[in-house]
Amino acid sequence: MAEETVAVKSLPYADAVPGAVLDADEFGIIVNRDKLVDFALYLRNEEGFDYLSSLQAVDYLGYPGRTAADRFEVVYHLFNTKKGGDGIVLKVRLPEDDPELPSVILVWPGADLQEREAWDLFGIKFKGHPRLRRILLWEGFHGHPMRKDWKEAYYEADHKPFKSRWPEGQYRWSEDRAPWGDNVNYPHGWDPAKFTPPAPPLPKIHERPTPEGGEKIETDVIVVNMGPQHPSTHGVFRMIAALDGETVVGLEPEMGYLHRNHEKIGERNTWIMNIPFTDRLDYLSSMSNNFGYVLAVEKMLGEKAVPPERAEYLRVIMAELTRIQNHLWTIGFLLNDLGAFYTPALYTIEERELILDLFEAVSGSRMMCNYMRFGGVRRDVTDDWLKTARDLVFNRLPRKVDEFDRYLTESEILMERTIGVGYLSPEDAIATSMSGPMIRGSGVPYDVRKARPYSIYDRFDWDIVTNDGCDVYARYLVRLGEVRQSIRIVQQALDQLPEGPIMNKKPAYSFRVPKGDAYAAVEAPKGELGFYLVSDGSDNPWRYHVRAPSYININALEHMSIGYKVADLIIILGAIDIVLGETDR
Amino acid sequence: MFGSGIIRGLGITLKRTVTTFTDDFKKVPSRYINSIDTPAGKVLQQPPEVQGLFTIQYPEEKRQLPENFRFIPMLVYEEDTGKQRCTACGICSKVCPSQCIWIVRDQTKEGKPIPSPKEFYIDASICMSCGLCAEFCPFDSIKMNHDYEMAVYDRFPSLILDLEELSVPTSYYAALYPQAWEEEQEAKRIKEERKRARAKKAAEAKAKKAAAAKAKGEAGAKAAAKPRPKPKARPKTEEKDEGEEK
Repeated sequence: MAEETVAVKSLPYADAVPGAVLDADEFGIIVNRDKLVDFALYLRNEEGFDYLSSLQAVDYLGYPGRTAADRFEVVYHLFNTKKGGDGIVLKVRLPEDDPELPSVILVWPGADLQEREAWDLFGIKFKGHPRLRRILLWEGFHGHPMRKDWKEAYYEADHKPFKSRWPEGQYRWSEDRAPWGDNVNYPHGWDPAKFTPPAPPLPKIHERPTPEGGEKIETDVIVVNMGPQHPSTHGVFRMIAALDGETVVGLEPEMGYLHRNHEKIGERNTWIMNIPFTDRLDYLSSMSNNFGYVLAVEKMLGEKAVPPERAEYLRVIMAELTRIQNHLWTIGFLLNDLGAFYTPALYTIEERELILDLFEAVSGSRMMCNYMRFGGVRRDVTDDWLKTARDLVFNRLPRKVDEFDRYLTESEILMERTIGVGYLSPEDAIATSMSGPMIRGSGVPYDVRKARPYSIYDRFDWDIVTNDGCDVYARYLVRLGEVRQSIRIVQQALDQLPEGPIMNKKPAYSFRVPKGDAYAAVEAPKGELGFYLVSDGSDNPWRYHVRAPSYININALEHMSIGYKVADLIIILGAIDIVLGETDR
Repeated sequence: MFGSGIIRGLGITLKRTVTTFTDDFKKVPSRYINSIDTPAGKVLQQPPEVQGLFTIQYPEEKRQLPENFRFIPMLVYEEDTGKQRCTACGICSKVCPSQCIWIVRDQTKEGKPIPSPKEFYIDASICMSCGLCAEFCPFDSIKMNHDYEMAVYDRFPSLILDLEELSVPTSYYAALYPQAWEEEQEAKRIKEERKRARAKKAAEAKAKKAAAAKAKGEAGAKAAAKPRPKPKARPKTEEKDEGEEK
C-alpha cells in the first residue's frame, strides 16, 4: 500500500484534486474523466491556466498497445497567459462502448466549437454542453468520419502510396469505384422516400432591447439567412441571424461548406505529402501553414531535423512577408465590407501582388507555396530575389503603409462605423480562446512568437502590437501596426541573412517518425495556428489535427454581435478575418 | 473639422488618379519596364517600380513566369537520341500527394523489366502542381511545365495526359529552365571529367604494371642465362659456441 501512495504522489497536481490524475508521461497528464471538471477548475483558478489552446480527440483503434477500453482520447492543451511557459497537456481516455465525458465549456467557453467538432467527427459525447450538435457536417449525416473504421466513398487503401499507381499503373477513374459515381456513403437500408430532413438550426434568441419611453410595439423576430453565397462572408460561411427590426438578437454560425476532411486525408498521406495539403488550409497565407506543420514534425524528429541558420532566416522572412500580405488583404476587405467598393481593397492588393511575385520566384507558386521542408526549406533565394525583396521592404512597403495610414485611419466613415462595434472584453477574449489580432485588439499582449517562442524570433527587435479598444477599430489598428512590425523584422532578417546550406541533409521522400505526439503552434496572421500530430512510428501520421484560428475565433461571434445592427454584423465578421479553408478544413 | 480625414483620403485617391494618367503618357509607362515584345503580344515583368495602372491586359499581354513556376509536369526526352530519361522507377508516383501519376513499366517478351515506361498517365485534373515529383526524380526526367493554357471541355479523357502528351525534348526544357539546364550541364561536365581522369589514371597504372612485368620478365630471362653463385659455408666454431651456452 505504501508503494502505491508514493507512486501516485509523484505525479504532478496529484494532491490538488484527489483521484483526478491517473498517470503522467512526457506527452501529457492522464486525467480521470469523472474528476475532469474539478481538475479543470483547479487548474484555471489556482494555477492560472486560463487559456484553452486546443481540444481534440484521437481514435486509437489499431494502435499497438491500445484496447477497446481506451480507444478514444480527448487531449487538451492549456496555457497560462500571465506567466507564459510551455503549458500543460491533459488527456482523458474513453472506452469504445461509452465515449462520454463532461464538457469543460463552463470552465473555458472556447471549448464550445471544438467539442462540437469532436462530437461531429468522432462521436464523443460531452455531457453538459448546451447544444451539442454537428458543425462541419450536415445534421442528417450518417457516421463519424474521423473514426478509423469509417471509410470514405472513394476509399482505396489505408495509406498512400497506393499500389495501383506503380508498377501496374493502368489508369482507372475514381468515380467508377463508387456505386452511383458520387462521393456519398448511404447507410444500410436507407430509403430516400422515407427520409425526413432534419430541422434547420435556428439561433437562440436573446433578450430583445426595449426602447426607452414610448409604447412597446409587439413585433416578430425574423430569422434571416446570410447564406453561404454572400459577397461579404469571406467564403462559404452561413450565419442564421434572428433580427428584431435591424438589431441582431440571435446568431447561429453554420460552417462546413468547405469541409474536405483534411484531417483524414492527412492520415492517409505520408509526412511529406502533407506539406502541399497544408497550403490549402489558410490559402491566403500558405507559408505560415507550412511553417507550423514542419515545426511540429521537427519536434518529433528531434536532433535529426534541426534546420541550418540560413534556412531559419529564410523561414522567418517568408512567414513575415506572408503576414504582411495577409493583413493588407484583410484591411482592404474590411474597407470593402464597409462599402468602400474595392478602391482601398485594390490599393492594398496591389502591394500584395508584389509580395506574391517574390513567393512565385522562390517557390514556384503564388499561393500554394509548398516551400518548407523538414530540416530546411525547398530552394535557396538568388541575389536578384534579395535585391527585389530589399527594394520592396526598405522602400516601397513602408511608404505605402504610411499612405494607407493617412488614407484610412483618420477617415470619419471608418471611425464612425467601427469604433464601439463588436465589443469583446479581454477576459472574454481569453476565455473564448481568441488568438491573433482578435485578442491583441482587446489589449491582451498574447503573441505566440513571444509567449511560446519558436524558430529565431528572439533574435530580432520587434514589439507586440496591442490596442485597448476591444472593438473593430482596435483590430484594424492592430493589423496595421503588425504590418509595420513585420516590415521591421524582414528588414533585420535580410540584413542578417547568413550564407550556408538550406537543408540539414538530403531530403528523403519517405521516412519514419518516432512514436509519440507533438503540438506546435505558430503565430499565423489569423491567430495561433497549431498542429497536433500523433505518430505510431511509421511513415504516415496516426492523427493529424489542425488547431485553426479562424475556426476557434468564431466562438465569440455570437457574443460580439448581439445588440448590434445587421450592417455591423458584416463588419464584425470581417474583423475576425476568417478563411474558410481553415475554418472547415 | 469633421470630414478632414475623408478629405485627406480623397486627396490620396486624387493623387493616384493623376499618377495613373501621367505615368501612362510617358514613352514607356512604368508597368512596361523591361517588358519583351513578341509576335503574340507583350510579356510583362510586373516590376516593383510600377505606379499608376497595374493590370496586365491578358491575353494580349502576358506575364513573364519565373523559372521555378510549376503547373503540370512534363517528361523530358533526349532530343538527339529520342530516348526517354524516365526509367519508370516510380518515385514520382510514390511521392505524389494526390496519387495522380500512373506508370506501367516496360518489360521484355520474357517478362524481364526494362527501365523505361511503357505507359505513363498524369491526371491533370487531380494534379496539385506541388512539384514533389520533380523535386525527387533522380534522373532529371520529370519537370514542371509552365503551360497553363490547358482549358478543355471535358475532364475524361482530355485531361488524362499520356506519355506522348507529356513528352518534351531537352531543347524545350533548356529554354524554359536556363539556370537549371546550366547547372545540369555543368554537373554532367564535371562528372565526365572525373570519369576521364579516373580512366586515365587506371590506364596509366595498368601501363605501368605492364611495363614493370615486362621488365621483370626480361630480367628473369637474363638471370636464367647467368648461373647463380653458390652460398658460402658457415664456419664450424660458431655452432660449437652456441651449443655450449645452452
